[in-house]
Amino acid sequence: MFGYYIKLAIKSVKRNPILSLLMITAIALGIGASMTTITVNYLMSADPIPHKSHQLFHIQVDSWDPNNAFNDDDEALPNQLTWTDATNFTLAKKALRQSAMGRSGGIIEPPGDDAKPFEASIRLAYTDFFGMFDVPFIFGNPWDSRSDTNREQVIILSKRTNESVFGGENSVGKTIVVAGRSFQVVGVIDDWQPIPKFYDVNNGAFNETEELFMPFTLKEELELPNWGNNNCWKSPDGEGYKAFLQSECINTQMWVELPNATAKAEYMDYLNNYVMEQKELGRFPRPLKNRLSNVMQWMERQEVVEEDAKMMMWLSFMFLLVCLLNTIGLLLAKFTGKSAEIGLRLALGASKSDLFKQHLVETAMIGLLGGFAGLGFAVLGLLGIKSLYGDFVDDLATLDISMILVALSIALVSSIAAGLYPTWRACNIAPASQLKSQ
Amino acid sequence: MSNTHTSTSINWEIGPIFRAMLRNKVGAILIALQIAVTMTIIVNSVYIIVERSKEMQRDSGIDNENSFYLTSVGFTENFNTPVTVEEDLNALRALPGIVDAIQINAVPNSDSGWSMGLKTQPGVEHDGVGTAVYMVDEHGLNALDVEIIAGENFAQTDIGMRVVGQVKWPDKTILTKAMAENLFPDIPYGSVVGKTVYINDTEPMIVVGIIDKLQAPWVGWNNLENVMLSPERMDYKGSRYFIRTEPGQRDSVMKQVEELLANSNKGRLIQNMRSIEETRERSYRGHTAMIKILTTVMIILTIVTALGIVGLASFSVNQRKKQIGTRRALGASQSAIVRYFMLENFLISSIGVILGAALTIGLNIILVNTFGLDRIDWFYIPIGMLVLWIVGQGAVFGPARKAANIPPALATRTV
Repeated sequence: MFGYYIKLAIKSVKRNPILSLLMITAIALGIGASMTTITVNYLMSADPIPHKSHQLFHIQVDSWDPNNAFNDDDEALPNQLTWTDATNFTLAKKALRQSAMGRSGGIIEPPGDDAKPFEASIRLAYTDFFGMFDVPFIFGNPWDSRSDTNREQVIILSKRTNESVFGGENSVGKTIVVAGRSFQVVGVIDDWQPIPKFYDVNNGAFNETEELFMPFTLKEELELPNWGNNNCWKSPDGEGYKAFLQSECINTQMWVELPNATAKAEYMDYLNNYVMEQKELGRFPRPLKNRLSNVMQWMERQEVVEEDAKMMMWLSFMFLLVCLLNTIGLLLAKFTGKSAEIGLRLALGASKSDLFKQHLVETAMIGLLGGFAGLGFAVLGLLGIKSLYGDFVDDLATLDISMILVALSIALVSSIAAGLYPTWRACNIAPASQLKSQ
Repeated sequence: MSNTHTSTSINWEIGPIFRAMLRNKVGAILIALQIAVTMTIIVNSVYIIVERSKEMQRDSGIDNENSFYLTSVGFTENFNTPVTVEEDLNALRALPGIVDAIQINAVPNSDSGWSMGLKTQPGVEHDGVGTAVYMVDEHGLNALDVEIIAGENFAQTDIGMRVVGQVKWPDKTILTKAMAENLFPDIPYGSVVGKTVYINDTEPMIVVGIIDKLQAPWVGWNNLENVMLSPERMDYKGSRYFIRTEPGQRDSVMKQVEELLANSNKGRLIQNMRSIEETRERSYRGHTAMIKILTTVMIILTIVTALGIVGLASFSVNQRKKQIGTRRALGASQSAIVRYFMLENFLISSIGVILGAALTIGLNIILVNTFGLDRIDWFYIPIGMLVLWIVGQGAVFGPARKAANIPPALATRTV
């Protein structure tokens, strides 16, 4: 029977080719627009480190101005830490793993006389960074924790940097000149691009992973420039780089790994005690308020999903609604046009449920065709998004299998929903009146 | 037909049309809803587009077409920034085609920069006004193409040398008119010259001049025109140069400058050379993209809705072929038939646009509350209603003409 319905459906679709095309195109456009925006939103709000996102916590402590909260919202906490606090938290080792981190940059001078120097971004971190975030290595390993303490000039390269400086070979043990100083390569990481780049969303939630990694302690030792966001409520007490580092300016991110609720509670106690001690030293003038946010909570707090993306998603849903209203109207017209045929079949003994199934198959077919065409439109839409927004969305505008399935199910479900009323109406005609008009 | 048709008075037949619509309520409701939602999307989209374009057209204060900048990063151990900057600027200022060149800490509209707070009274307890800071020498005004409208420019002797981690500020500053008015709302900007403002809560700076207009680096910032100039050059590893050229010579000058600087000192890297036009394009890329996307959505949506109306009207014409033939046989003119369908659509559209007006305001309220958009101007709504009426009438005209061409004889044929 199902095969027969499909045959009938194909026949019916072919009988009004323009009308059918109109319906399929309408569904396709609605699905295409929705899928484009859903994909962008889905990738922007994706969990960048799913297996661990509940155990990784970003630290916030309220070290801000006694007279003003961090921003207009009174509940707001500073979004970064001071160099001092982040360093203290890391050295205290109260979590399973922990790392203060910051962003810097310098000029790489590749070996060889004709090689051109180039500028590279640097992630400053403690060795726990690599284990905590499961950073994949091609060659070598994270530096030893003694390198952190002894401020050794060791360095880890991104895959691309290793390719441009060392031609992609195993460079562990070799020397590279960065910012006029020699560093010993201890490792090369594989491609690693968390989306969003959760560990430092202040400096671009969808920016690329840094090209070099070196011990955070070198920031003080070598007076490395601060590339990331820096925010002060009070100017440093004194001139020079050391005074800047030791100031109340916030420019450092800090993540800890806490495997369970007990560890989290203990860590919270530790933070509160720390702040109370600092208060006695005259710091932390605001009321005691500290916060641990896991990865997804942090993404939410920092509003990583662009507002324009959200707005476009809602508009695209309304767009889909118009397309569906359109389809309902057209289906209604189409099935009304078939009432004579339906009347005849009813008179000849077809049951209402048979006719209902038959027409549902027809609407489902239109829906699926619309869904497939909609996928095509979504691909076009995503290409459009890429060309409009440039490189930064490259990772945010790709369809994956789950998105394709979502698209097809939305198309199927919405077209069947759109077809329910017209189908019900078509099957509820009195056969006699239809036969009479023949 | 209950009424007889006379040639002296046109019978608009609203009664029969309305009764006929009631017999096919669902069809009419669907079109009305479609028109309502379409109007909601279109009017709000147009509003967003207009707002974004207005933002993009704000005057940056600088010479957008003829300015560019670059960074020079020294990487050798003995690299001497102050000497290099002095040499570079002398060479650049002497280059034909260049109006002026300066070292600057940040570039307007480039999205990254330095901000501080200024106060009119010293002390942590007073509120400050946020401002972007540009560190420039006495050539700053000329290079940035801004005009002094009160007071005077920095003198060469005012220019200090800022070192890494420096906390202290120079004792003079120049403010934009907007910044002066935000700090001293009660006095004319001209009288702000000579006043003392406080940076870092307590450190005094004397306002020596007011400039007409200059934008901060962050185009999304509410106080985009709050800007202060500080008379300084910087002894940092990386220096940014801002260069203004004679009209039309930017691109050729950019090439010359890159070569000149790269060859004059091998201990540094010249990079990130970019025109202000390109910078603004990047900073406003989200806006441009949004405008293009919304425009596309509006066009497609209008077509979909119009085609939907055409499809439904065609069907209704086909359904009523016999009745139309009968009416024609009974003496209805072709224009009466056209009028019937146009009027039917007008009634449906009217319900649609009235509902659409309510939905438009509803969506705007949601956008205002969720995304912090401004409230929509009232006149968008009647214009939107008018446009949707026209779309409806335009879409139904074709099928109505087809209906009018149905021969009266059809009434007899199919029986």
